[in-house]
Amino acid sequence: MTVGKDVSALFPDVVNCMQTDNLELKKLVYLYLMNYAKSQPDMAIMAVNTFVKDCEDPNPLIRALAVRTMGCIRVDKITEYLCEPLRKCLKDEDPYVRKTAAVCVAKLHDINAQLVEDQGFLDTLKDLISDSNPMVVANAVAALSEIAESHPSSNLLDLNPQSINKLLTALNECTEWGQIFILDCLANYMPKDDREAQSICERVTPRLSHANSAVVLSAVKVLMKFMEMLSKDLDYYGTLLKKLAPPLVTLLSAEPELQYVALRNINLIVQKRPEILKHEMKVFFVKYNDPIYVKLEKLDIMIRLASQANIAQVLAELKEYATEVDVDFVRKAVRAIGRCAIKVEQSAERCVSTLLDLIQTKVNYVVQEAIVVIKDIFRKYPNKYESVIATLCENLDSLDEPEARAAMIWIVGEYAERIDNADELLESFLEGFHDESTQVQLQLLTAIVKLFLKKPTETQELVQQVLSLATQDSDNPDLRDRGYIYWRLLSTDPVAAKEVVLAEKPLISEETDLIEPTLLDELICYIGTLASVYHKPPSAFVEGSRGVVHKSLPPRTGSSESAESPEAAPSAGQAAEQPAVIPAQGDLLGDLLNLDLGPPVSGPPLAASSVQMGAVDLLGGGLDSLMGDESEGLRSDVGGSPAVWLPAMKAKGLEISGTFSRQVDSISMDLVLTNKALQVMSDFAIQFNRNSFGLAPAAPLQVHAPLAPNQSVEISLPLNTVGSVMKMDPLNNLQVAVKNNIDVFYFSTLYPLHILFVEDGKMERQMFLATWKDIPNENEAQFQIKDCSLNADAVSSKLQGSNIFTIAKRNVEGQDMLYQSLKLTNGIWVLAELRIQPSNPSFTLSLKCRAPEVSQYVYQAYDAILKN
Amino acid sequence: MKMIHSLFLINCSGDIFLEKHWKSVVSQSVCDYFFEAQEKAVDVENVPPVISTPHHYLISIYRDKIFFVSVIQTEVPPLFVIEFLHRVADTFQDYFGECSETAIKDNVVIVYELLEEMLDNGFPLATESNILKELIKPPTILRSVVNSITGSSNVGDTLPTGQLSNIPWRRAGVKYTNNEAYFDVIEEIDAIIDKSGSTVFAEIQGVIDSCIKLSGMPDLSLSFMNPRLLDDVSFHPCIRFKRWESERVLSFIPPDGNFRLISYRVSSQNLVAIPVYVKHLISFKENSSSGRFDVTIGPKQNMGKTVEGVVMTVHMPKAVLNMNLTATQGSYTFDPVTKVLTWDVGKITPQKLPNLKGIVNLQSGAPKPEENPSLNIQFKIQQLAISGLKVNRLDMYGEKYKPFKGVKYITKAGKFQVRT
Repeated sequence: MTVGKDVSALFPDVVNCMQTDNLELKKLVYLYLMNYAKSQPDMAIMAVNTFVKDCEDPNPLIRALAVRTMGCIRVDKITEYLCEPLRKCLKDEDPYVRKTAAVCVAKLHDINAQLVEDQGFLDTLKDLISDSNPMVVANAVAALSEIAESHPSSNLLDLNPQSINKLLTALNECTEWGQIFILDCLANYMPKDDREAQSICERVTPRLSHANSAVVLSAVKVLMKFMEMLSKDLDYYGTLLKKLAPPLVTLLSAEPELQYVALRNINLIVQKRPEILKHEMKVFFVKYNDPIYVKLEKLDIMIRLASQANIAQVLAELKEYATEVDVDFVRKAVRAIGRCAIKVEQSAERCVSTLLDLIQTKVNYVVQEAIVVIKDIFRKYPNKYESVIATLCENLDSLDEPEARAAMIWIVGEYAERIDNADELLESFLEGFHDESTQVQLQLLTAIVKLFLKKPTETQELVQQVLSLATQDSDNPDLRDRGYIYWRLLSTDPVAAKEVVLAEKPLISEETDLIEPTLLDELICYIGTLASVYHKPPSAFVEGSRGVVHKSLPPRTGSSESAESPEAAPSAGQAAEQPAVIPAQGDLLGDLLNLDLGPPVSGPPLAASSVQMGAVDLLGGGLDSLMGDESEGLRSDVGGSPAVWLPAMKAKGLEISGTFSRQVDSISMDLVLTNKALQVMSDFAIQFNRNSFGLAPAAPLQVHAPLAPNQSVEISLPLNTVGSVMKMDPLNNLQVAVKNNIDVFYFSTLYPLHILFVEDGKMERQMFLATWKDIPNENEAQFQIKDCSLNADAVSSKLQGSNIFTIAKRNVEGQDMLYQSLKLTNGIWVLAELRIQPSNPSFTLSLKCRAPEVSQYVYQAYDAILKN
Repeated sequence: MKMIHSLFLINCSGDIFLEKHWKSVVSQSVCDYFFEAQEKAVDVENVPPVISTPHHYLISIYRDKIFFVSVIQTEVPPLFVIEFLHRVADTFQDYFGECSETAIKDNVVIVYELLEEMLDNGFPLATESNILKELIKPPTILRSVVNSITGSSNVGDTLPTGQLSNIPWRRAGVKYTNNEAYFDVIEEIDAIIDKSGSTVFAEIQGVIDSCIKLSGMPDLSLSFMNPRLLDDVSFHPCIRFKRWESERVLSFIPPDGNFRLISYRVSSQNLVAIPVYVKHLISFKENSSSGRFDVTIGPKQNMGKTVEGVVMTVHMPKAVLNMNLTATQGSYTFDPVTKVLTWDVGKITPQKLPNLKGIVNLQSGAPKPEENPSLNIQFKIQQLAISGLKVNRLDMYGEKYKPFKGVKYITKAGKFQVRT
């Protein structure tokens, strides 16, 4: 068993040993059961009785052991019997049993989530957060966090100042591992103002002195996150910054594996707040026997911390590293010297001379790296260091790596007028043109064209040679195209060619490898996790990203804003939640929806997708104008403006955009098919996947003529709701397949729920009252519709247009109350109470429905209709 | 947050000699990704600690010639896993005296019981050695004899008393006839010295390791002559942080037996005394396939104490074939395979400084090595804490007896490197 052998044949004999009083034997039998119960579920049932009996043993150790083991047996039949003992153990008088049972709930949830919810274990677990024993609290938090991960939408860890206070108290008393769970949980909390943030920070700082590095790093995460809310003028802010440095440095004296993880995190921290470690440069100096993975990370951080004050030290170190044995490390060190030159202007000269010294060593890979970085230095400080070109040219023959060759060729081309034998140098490269890598070929082509423009008389032959090599003898489209462009430029208008090719280049920026700020902010929320090691958000690599909620740093609340901060906090929380809807549908759809088209309209489903306006540019103006005239005018209905559902690049040139609409008793999907490929498209067909409301095409997709390149066609596809039904997540998700003569393409989209509101959705008054009372209060959901300036009557008539019927209107203390009903195509009734205060642009919408999961989508529909 | 899914123990020759699964069984084949990385890294120490595979993440540590490879399935804090793995290795060390493949194989039942007790569904359960030892008694020859005769077991059948109290690190009912408390102040100097002998970087990593054998529930306070030196400290959970913040006194109820009370760092901002100096001349001649080697070690800033246990190790460049040296003191070895030169010097007497000198032979035809090797120096100084830290007094409350108290100081070289 322990070395991978299968001993499951012994099952019956082992189960017989289970009733022993010998604890050691019992433990071993339990261990065996955990391993093999799954393969012999029928036999495992024999063990149930003993488990149930053990759960009532007077010895708490045995009670805990039994409940613990049962949770590990992943056999459905056994889980059923687990519920009762587990319920007892969760309320056991002995905290050791309670804390074990808390973890067991998480195990059971993993096996059968529904069972856990039905049995009410989640509420018991929530109660355990207030347990008197800190260990129980820690384990309850751990179990809840685990469950919450697979249920991102549920509000399991509903933190409020009271529960935070309990957690902070438990933090001081529980074990080191419990502290990590609690700290990670705290990091997800959003303090309501800067004062609360500060008080949490104050109570977390002692954790920075913990001997367990994981506790330290989790504490650093909480502090880095909440610090965002503190005003920079605060004394406390400065104190906190000072307190963060020593623990981070201490992590570097631990075992190399710990150092590595710490360094990856420090890399994030110095990018976010360089001031924390600016005086600690020396601790990042490399020791020759550090493992290579530690060396490379230290080097990275050294460069980030390099400044005018410490550059001399840094350079001396880097020069030292450049003579080490390890090739990867030496290369990176040489590159680092170049990066220093670019980052700290005052040091550029010294860096260049250091690089020249290194080139003199003639060590092949050092020379090549040096040339690559010198190219970048030229681009940052033009006309300053060109005197070194002669030295570089001496090493031309030793370059065998594409990047170095390309860099050298670039230098020769760029400074052709100063190099007497530039033509000879380039010609020597041209001999083996076809053996070079693409990078070198492209660079050589450009360099020779530059040379020609600078010295046209003597290089005509050379340029013709390279153009013919690039255009006629090459299979690489990039190279060929670039060749043709140059050729045409040169033959039509040499002056223009000169302006284009020899145009002044923009200076390169200081640090090209900085993490993009929004990603950095997200990663700061993930300090200490795998995401921080990979420098990628978890959604980018964790399997089954459905559980992933994007995190964001809290907004800074200055003292001036504190008045409105209670408002701001919930909305920020909402903003953080909403994107979760999108990644939940897999990458494909996430990408699609972010490509929102056109002006900032709030199309109902797209409003939730935290629209990136930058994406508009991607599609260019062409599409805008294509859709522009159609988006508003045609539809009196509120379908929202058309969005691109399937971009051309994902579907071999077929672009599909569209919208949904409803007109008396019929739903339609209005599509625009655009052919952006070079060939004609025909034989279109469409199919829907099963979906929540059984939407299906009522007629085949009819495109009468084949679609020629650059042509587009508008089609209104009638839909019905008699297709097969499958609950989708989110509810209004529709997966579509479109076929044409080229291929089959898939995309998914969200439809606004109001296309499903039927015309006979008006309920009788009496009926309404009875139903409203009849539906339990848990099913009531409340929403805010913001920034709507209509009065009650206008609202009523507008909603009526979309089959939301007002049944009664009441005026209570100056507020208008509208009572409304609507019915979905599948017969679900939704009752609504809309409260409108004359002076307040925010309406309160209360929805009651027997199927509460639709409420959110009905609210979205309301919001969209009213804002249209 | 299903922390650790499985654990594989792998020896240096790449055999998986133990596996433990806390949830479902993960096939051994997942380790192939690890072997791949190991092959790429060449040197065992260079295997990256976090490896991603299509379905799992492998987080590993390398301890005592064993790789502890854990399999992770979801987003977890890697430090959490690494800390835990080190704790597992520490526990083996504690139980079996050494953390080696043989020791683990010989005690496989106990190893399993320990792993089962330390982690439940990926949540660490009991990692304090005091508690574990109450649950599972460590093996001794006597006990295994007694057990085999009487048929009793080494598994404790009562709930450890400390497990849920506010002081989970201490068991109740401790009794000694001789009550003793010893503190070892151990400081290691990490330093990089450049060619010319000036200090590039130096800091002191200090720890106070304690051995406390006191009956009952003693409450100790340890104070220092110069607590201001300690501005970057990590504490054992037993220490009351508030007392330290306000009075700079270490106040605690200690665990029973050996444990690390605090670790601290005296940073490079403070001036760190360097107790030895090295004069060196290592050079390779162009085109002659030989070179010179001449190293002398001498004492410096050693506060009048003797520097002893001096050992120098040098990784010579690959082109070095062998070395013909004479040592005025101690003995040297050169391993032509790993190219490691080790010179065991012993004690430094200022009257006659130890010197190692001679000829380096290179492979004929090989180019002159570009890099000069760094010298790694180890040494020890008894009865001295180089930072100047001094214990003032130790007081005990809560118990009536008078304990025997002792404090020992020692300074060692940590990662002490001289560039040439």
